[in-house]
Formats: sequence, C-alpha cells, structure tokens
Amino acid sequence: MISKETQTLIQPIIERAVRQPDRLAVVFIREDGIEESITAGEFYRDACLFASALQNQGIGVDDLVIVVLKHSRELLSAFWGSLLLGSIGSIFPYLTEKLDPAIYKQRVKTLVAHSGAKAVITFAEFKQDLTTLLADVDCRVISSDEVISSISAGSAEFTPNDHILPEKTAFLQHSSGTTGLQKGVALSHRAVLNQIRSLSEVLGVTPNDRIISWLPLYHDMGLIGGFVLPIVAGIPLIILSPFHWVRDPKTLFTYAAEHQATISWLPNFAFNHCVRGIRRSDLVRLDLSSIRALISCSEPVRRDSFEKFLDTFNGHGIREDMLQASYALAENTFAATQTIPGVPPHYDRVDIQSLQKDKFAKPAEPGGIGSVAMVSNGKPIPLTEIAIADSDGMHLPERYTGEIILRSNCMLTEYYHRPEITAQTIRDGWFYTGDIGYITDGELYVSGRKKDLIIVGGKNIFPQDLEAIANKIKGVYPGRAVAFGMDDERLGSEGVVMVCEVESGYRGEAQKQQLEADIRTHVARETEITLMDVRLVEERWLIKTSSGKIARNDNREKYKKVFLDGRS
Amino acid sequence: MDREEVKKRLRDFIVTELLNNPKYQVSDDQPLITGGMIDSFSLAQVGVFVEDAFGIYIPDTDLTVKKMDTLNMMTDEILGRAG
Repeated sequence: MISKETQTLIQPIIERAVRQPDRLAVVFIREDGIEESITAGEFYRDACLFASALQNQGIGVDDLVIVVLKHSRELLSAFWGSLLLGSIGSIFPYLTEKLDPAIYKQRVKTLVAHSGAKAVITFAEFKQDLTTLLADVDCRVISSDEVISSISAGSAEFTPNDHILPEKTAFLQHSSGTTGLQKGVALSHRAVLNQIRSLSEVLGVTPNDRIISWLPLYHDMGLIGGFVLPIVAGIPLIILSPFHWVRDPKTLFTYAAEHQATISWLPNFAFNHCVRGIRRSDLVRLDLSSIRALISCSEPVRRDSFEKFLDTFNGHGIREDMLQASYALAENTFAATQTIPGVPPHYDRVDIQSLQKDKFAKPAEPGGIGSVAMVSNGKPIPLTEIAIADSDGMHLPERYTGEIILRSNCMLTEYYHRPEITAQTIRDGWFYTGDIGYITDGELYVSGRKKDLIIVGGKNIFPQDLEAIANKIKGVYPGRAVAFGMDDERLGSEGVVMVCEVESGYRGEAQKQQLEADIRTHVARETEITLMDVRLVEERWLIKTSSGKIARNDNREKYKKVFLDGRS
Repeated sequence: MDREEVKKRLRDFIVTELLNNPKYQVSDDQPLITGGMIDSFSLAQVGVFVEDAFGIYIPDTDLTVKKMDTLNMMTDEILGRAG
C-alpha cells in the first residue's frame, strides 16, 4: 500500500520496481483473449521507455502529452511514461469502427490545438495522418511502435524526474463532450494520492485484493478505479478491452473467477448488459464468490438493475452485500461518496410528486402510489465534504433537493487553460457539480441534473452537439432539432431521442425514412451514439422559449404526450 | 433451417427487442450498427437470442460489426453454423 511519506504518484512505482520487481502488477488481457502478466519491474521499465522517447523529442516538465492508443500495453506505458518525465498525461478515446475517421482525426487536432499539447503518442498507422494534420501546430507525433522498437536498438537509460512537487498537475481527465472541445480536469499528484488513500480506506483495500476492469481509460471510472489506483496502491490489476467486454460481457466474470478478482467498478447499464448479454451456456460452472464489491457509479444507480442482476447471478456466488454504489466525478478525481462493502445497498422510498414539485424527498410507504425507491450512494469518503445548495448557494437541510456541491482534498486544481469555467464552478472553495440530489442520514441520493446533459452508459453527451449534427443534414430545418434523454429501463441507462422539424418538400414515407437513416448515420459516425428514437415533425412543431431557444424539457414532455401516450 | 424463416425471426427480434418499434421496416442489407439503428452492445443480445432460438452458439470473435452489420450477414453467420 502507500506509505505516509509518499508525495507523488510515481514514487510507489519506482520503489516497487526496486524492492519488489517480481510482484505482479497487471494481468493484461489482449483483444484476442491472450493473457500477459506484467511485473512491477517490467511495468516500470516499459514506462521508462516512453518517458525516454518523449524526452528525446524535447518534451519536458508540464508539457501536455496526449495519448491516442487503443487497448494495449503501450497505452498503459505511454501514460505512465509521461508522468515519470513530469509532463502532463491525458488519454483520448481511440477511433472505433462506428466513427468517421476524418471527423475523428479533426477532433484530435482540435483538442491538441486548444489544449496546447506538445506531443501525441499514437500507433504507426495514425502517425502520418496526424503529422500532416498537425503540421501547423507545435506538437510532435510519436509512434508507439518506434518507442517499442527502440528497446532492441538499446535505448538510453531514463532517470525519472525526482523533483516533482506534490501540487504539480499529474494528468488531465477529459470529463465530457464529444467534440474535441472537452474540459480537461487538471489533477495534482497530491489530489490523486488523497483520493486513493481515502477510497482505499472506505473500501478496506488490502494487498490481497485484485481489481478487474474493462472500462475505457479516458473516463475517470476506468482511469482511476481501473488503472491509477491499483498501480499506485500496488494491487494487481486485471485489465481487459472495453470492446471485448461489450461484445462478450461474460469475459469480465470468467477472468474475475480465474484470477480471483475482488473489486470492480461498473456503470449502471453494465449490470443490465450482463443480464441481457450473457448466454446461458456461458453461465454454467461460473463461480463469482471471490468478488467482494461491484461498485455502480458514473450514472444514476437503479434498484431494478441491481435486482435483475441478483436474480441472474445469485446462483453463481453473487450476494446483495456485494452490490455497492458511489457518486463519482472527474472533478473530485473520482469518488465523492461510497457505500460500505459487505453491507447491502440502502434504499430510500420517497414520494415522487413531492420530490419533483416540492423539491423535498418526503418518505413514502413501500408500494404506495407514486412512491419510488432511491438508491443511496453512501457517505462522503474521508476528507470530502458534501452539501446541498439552493440557487443562491445557501446550504439546505436534510431531505431538501438542490445542487450537490463538494469540497475536498482531492479536487481538481482547475479546468486546464479554462479560467472562466474554473471560476464559474469553484466558488468559495466549493465545487458546484451541476447534479441534483438530497442527503438523509448523512448519505447522498442523486435525483437529477441541472444541466441538459444526457448520460448514456456512463458517457456524458451534450444535446447541443447532437443538435448541431442534425442541423447540418439536408432536409432538417436548420436550428429546429432537439435532443434529449429518456429513461430506458431495459438499457438501465438513458436513451437519446431526437425530434427534428423537416423542410417542406420532405413528404413521402420513403423520403422520410431516408432522412431518418441519414440522421442516425451521421450521429453514429460523429459521436458513436445510437439514437433510441428519431421523430420527424412539421415546421413549428418544436416549442421555443421566449428568447427563441429550443426548450428541451418542454419538447421532451410534448414528445411523450404526442408519441408515447398509450404505448407504455 | 429455412433462410427466410431464420431471417424473419431475427427481424422480429430486432424490431421488437432492440429497436423497440415493431412497425419499423428493416431491409435485408440495411446497415444496422454502422447505420446508427442498433448499438454494437446489442450484438451480445443477438448472441443470446441466437442460442435460445436456434441452439447455435456464435463465438464472441464473430459477434462483430464487420460480420453482423445487416440482417443478411447475421443470417449467414447462423446458417453457416447450422448442422
């Protein structure tokens, strides 16, 4: 575990490589299922190679390095290489089959240009294209293949930077958005270490734990829970590819059983995906009793998801007290609250009318009309303080809903190079999350969001981005498209609905079906989002605010009334 | 197994369970995943359905966008494995 003297994220890695070089650090599971064990010594050596390559390219302390790699050992090493050098690492999502490659590369360029990144580490296949795209920007493009091949060429020894100050920015987490203009959440070594210490304490993490993760590393849940925490705390990590898991969700469990994993983080939809996407024949002989915590976070935790999951897997060693919840956000490094492993989740039955209209979580009788079971996200982790604020920033008493605000020793330093957003969201030392919730018995319940953000499978989507895509499509009346989230119980997440006004002339069914297909294809290729529903409506269908903006909530209500009444 | 029968059952499953819109007309060669109609997550559910409905196990390595993007492609994967 982490000693009291540890001040930076790289110290434990260097020390372990010296003192326990043969200790298991990572079981890396390749896309093809082949497993590679990486010891603490090997992990450090690989990271040094990348640090050395960056240094040779003139990259230094506080330079931003963007890692654009898919699931690979190089992805792990490149990130830690940038930290060893004292530069600032940041992982960007990799191109997928669904995304349009040209739009994707342009997005990398936008990110590099706006953030002032000095280097991009990517695969050889991308190097030429990115080099051309970034020709007018002062940014090196480094191919991971060249770094690896330098091993045989006998690369120079690397001496890690031992003058890194605890308050220095270690890395950026890009919190949300799909356009390349994401906000980079800057986290210091001290903040991340504080998070790891506090979260490890609540979870009772010991050297006997094993963490398993399929989560993408560009997201806080995957980056911290499924990567930085185990590496820094010295807990073996079993890591598999997000694409592998999505395609075949049983893999999380078969590898968990094989390696006796104890902890895993999952967004809510993943519980549903395991229930719906694992074949019966794959469940035979599956024993998950080594697990002690499956932690739901990154999107609202749903009781029905937990219940269906328990029904499906309780014959395979899963018990209710393994199902845990956490309220987590990149701006607090990761977890802000956490339930206690070994204790079943707490539910709070409240009156839905009172919750929505009176902003008060009035306790309700189980089974009563209009009562809903809210799932507790637990108490704040040590040294994180949570409060509920009204629109004037005044703190509210228990059970009143308002904006969730927090202050802690693991908060972001700033939004990277975005002082205006930093000033808007951090006020008097409190970070304003934009999420709505209430507290009772010291535990946090999340009930909604202030912003129009849509969370699909743990991924944050801004409706504006989707509307901008639709507005460019021929046939859609420009400026008359709206996107909003709708609860999807089967998915265990939100689905995205778009309603678009159609230009006159698009009348026939065939023409309309083609236009719908165009909208779906463009949205998928630019954002990877599969729309749950697309509705094409006549001019002036959409409701606008007095200032002429499209009113998302009002249009959601109208959509429900017009298209869904009588269907559910 | 009859090709048209397999395709019909697959189509019914897709429009009711994945698209949640039984009236939607899915054509045989319409790209479903790259066309933004269904999520790549749904392929795991297609795998479950194919095992339950036809007793055929499509290995996860073949449950990919490249091999399963259209109704015709999915039908080929099933029939190619039918004994």
